[in-house]
Amino acid sequence: MSVGFIMLVHTALDRAAQVARHWATSGCPVVIHADRTVEDDAFSDFCASLADLDNVRFSQARRRCEWGTWGIVGATIDAAELMLDAFPKVGHVYLASGSCLPLRPVPELAAYLAERPRTDFIESVTIEDVAWSKGGFDHERFSLRFPFSFKRHRLLFDRFVDLQRRLGLTRRLPDGMVPHLGSQWWCLTRRTLTAILKDDRRAEYDRFFKRVWIPDESYFQSLVRLHAKRIESRSLTLSKFDHQGKPHTFYDDHLQLLRRSDCFVARKIWPRADKLYSSFLSNDPKVTKNAEPNPGKIDRLFASAADIRVRGRSGLYMQSRFPLNDRDNGRSTGPYSVFEGFSDLFEGFETWLNKATGCRVHGHLYGPDRAEFAGREPVYNGCLSDSAKLRDYNPCGFLTNLVWSTRGERQCFMFGPQDNQYPTDFMVGDPNAQISVITGAWAIGLYRTNITSEVIRKEAARLQRIEQAHVAILRAHWAKARIRIWTLAEFIESPMDNTQEILNEISLGPTRRLTEAPRLTDLSGFGQFLQQLKNEGMNLHMAGDFPTGTGATPMNMVQKRPYLVK
Amino acid sequence: MTGPSGARPDLGSVGLSGRAVSATRFRWKRRRLLWRSLRSRHDLTPINDRTATIARDQVLCFATMRNEGQRLPHFLTHYRALGVSHFLIVDNASTDGTAGLLAAQPDVSLWSTDASYKGARFGLDWLTWLQMRYGHARWCLTVDADELLIYPHWKSRDLRALTGWLQARGVEAFGALMIELYPQGPLGSGPWPPEADPLSMLPWFDANGYRAVRQMPAWNLWVQGGVRDRVFFADTPRQAPTLNKLPLVRWNRRYAYMNSTHSVLPRRLNLAYDGPGDKRCCGALLHTKFLPTVVEKSAEEKHRRQHFGAPERFDAYYDRIIERPDLWNEHSRLFRGWEQLVSLGLMSAGEWH
Repeated sequence: MSVGFIMLVHTALDRAAQVARHWATSGCPVVIHADRTVEDDAFSDFCASLADLDNVRFSQARRRCEWGTWGIVGATIDAAELMLDAFPKVGHVYLASGSCLPLRPVPELAAYLAERPRTDFIESVTIEDVAWSKGGFDHERFSLRFPFSFKRHRLLFDRFVDLQRRLGLTRRLPDGMVPHLGSQWWCLTRRTLTAILKDDRRAEYDRFFKRVWIPDESYFQSLVRLHAKRIESRSLTLSKFDHQGKPHTFYDDHLQLLRRSDCFVARKIWPRADKLYSSFLSNDPKVTKNAEPNPGKIDRLFASAADIRVRGRSGLYMQSRFPLNDRDNGRSTGPYSVFEGFSDLFEGFETWLNKATGCRVHGHLYGPDRAEFAGREPVYNGCLSDSAKLRDYNPCGFLTNLVWSTRGERQCFMFGPQDNQYPTDFMVGDPNAQISVITGAWAIGLYRTNITSEVIRKEAARLQRIEQAHVAILRAHWAKARIRIWTLAEFIESPMDNTQEILNEISLGPTRRLTEAPRLTDLSGFGQFLQQLKNEGMNLHMAGDFPTGTGATPMNMVQKRPYLVK
Repeated sequence: MTGPSGARPDLGSVGLSGRAVSATRFRWKRRRLLWRSLRSRHDLTPINDRTATIARDQVLCFATMRNEGQRLPHFLTHYRALGVSHFLIVDNASTDGTAGLLAAQPDVSLWSTDASYKGARFGLDWLTWLQMRYGHARWCLTVDADELLIYPHWKSRDLRALTGWLQARGVEAFGALMIELYPQGPLGSGPWPPEADPLSMLPWFDANGYRAVRQMPAWNLWVQGGVRDRVFFADTPRQAPTLNKLPLVRWNRRYAYMNSTHSVLPRRLNLAYDGPGDKRCCGALLHTKFLPTVVEKSAEEKHRRQHFGAPERFDAYYDRIIERPDLWNEHSRLFRGWEQLVSLGLMSAGEWH
């Protein structure tokens, strides 16, 4: 007993001939069906090129094998009947296409099938349990009628489907037949194939399937359930589909991957993949492995590609999923922290934070003069420029670009009312952001100038207005960032505990107590400065109820919950 | 593009009638461009017409050139290796032997013209005419002499494999990001040995700092960034060069490029590319502008005033190049190949594995 191949070809006839010759000379009969669209001259050349082989036959009636229609099944049936009649020694019949390529020596396949003489290899999945198809119809393949061509008369096709749905029209399934779906490429035993083709009710089945959508994925897959003794529900042909349901193509650079798959046959092969054809069309016993087919590796590779194709990578901008419309897959690539008021309150806060957390700590990235990168570099990772103009041309893009190009390292930066406020909305809506605010702390900078004048008063009023608007956004109901807000007065009641709490969230490892505390700036006289402003008519309420007394601020170690928005 | 991922941009408040008006406007704009191109054929003198050898299903390359003799050998080698079967080139009054070199190539059809480059929409009118005449129903690659197209797997799969794959998915156009390559050290220094690979002379690029917006009403993408943005246009970001292109299009004689190959009509073709971060298969155009001749060329360009838009606005830019700045810094990336660009998010293989 041997295995016979049915080939359905429509393009790249030279490659099909090459594969047919390989199978035929390896002792396997081949029956070829060429599509009606193949020009007569090309077809006769094709026949002539294989004329010297006595175990190659051609289907005389050439059908039009349009995708999704009965033609493909009809062609398969014709070829199968010819195969069974002409080659009585064939035990298994293998259905292949012109763009299939055997990956393992033919004797190996023959031996594999000879060991399993009663097994039918055909993927056959019931539509009740599994969504097998990628998009498109599922059970409606069987319950609706499809008399119009999908490719040539799309409008009629769609309208007729709509009409049937609206009228609630359905079809009755032939008695006893359970619809199954599966890959078009199968390998059946002579016994099963004969039983399907010689079935008394075949005319009834054929009539039904002629109006089924994509019958080549359901005709044999359903009928085999009525006749087969042992079904292995998998295809021996390696064939992958992308998320649009189009078959993947294999190229020369897939050589090693295909080799390791241990599958018997693969499709589709790019016709110009010379290296694949020259490497695999040999029966060299040296490559024999006698292994079970193992397409797992290829499956995983293509699944990850499909995943990236469909979901994208977070924090990597794409036009059609700009963060504005909430269809995005993450605004930024990784977590980052924003500190507001800390660098005013603590001396050398950036250096200290860098030591305490190991994160990259920038200054005011949105400062009015330039983006203050860590170490005040003029150009940062990925060649981001510190130019304020370039940054402000697209402030949110600037932040996502920074986070993207420093993947794997948490970024921290200072922010305040002097800075460009544009990115506030963006950060507040970003779950990757951690925002900690000491309101009113910016006033320490003004106090340090040691002057109380009209100018200072106006500036304080301006900054307070900006901060007020900023805090209002931080408290918005749609906020997704981790946000903490203290007034200056609240914060300095227990600065260490509050800081510790922020750092606990940043460091992923076991939390350690801070050994070296950041140094509070000298606030003696600050209360009086605030009172002075108040006396001049400017109430700096964002700083909270700051004591008017002089003297250093008490370091209170009592735990006090900060105001936690989310 | 067609297919499930070809979602139209949100047209916001533009109503149905507004959409129809704008569609009509662009239809007439396209006809106007085609008419201009048709007329511009009188400016072209065929030097060497080998278009009879073009067969069906071949990938054609269209280009306008002026004094690119030094870049040409590598340009031809690169695109021949990618499977371009025929080059259709317009020589715009070269004086360095470019024409002679091109005429000697067996797979080049050459036209020449002395007409104004700017007057012909920076050569687009000429190329649109050639595409109308020879590019219909073929994949057409439109590039400048200093642009080298690469895409995922380009070393092992040629353009016929790529276009075959795109076509099976109903995709009509292929987008690419211009990656500007630059040397280490001052511009314009060092020798340029003939036959040298430009990629080995300009191995550096900016890996980040690109920004993209979709522009209404032409649905065209506008990507800016890269080294020229950082160094020359930091104070005037609006004027920074546009970096998105659609160099490869399954052509129809009714199509027309609108603004270089950045945008094309009909508008739906512009949606085939979303810029860096696009999830679909897309490519990169390696821009070799900063080869040693850039300084003298910039002096000439400043004098010719054929730059896009208002030429006087770019005087400062040319002046800066003539000062021979060093574009390199320690964050510059060394170009290693397409896999690197994919992992940096500058291009994507999509599902073409």
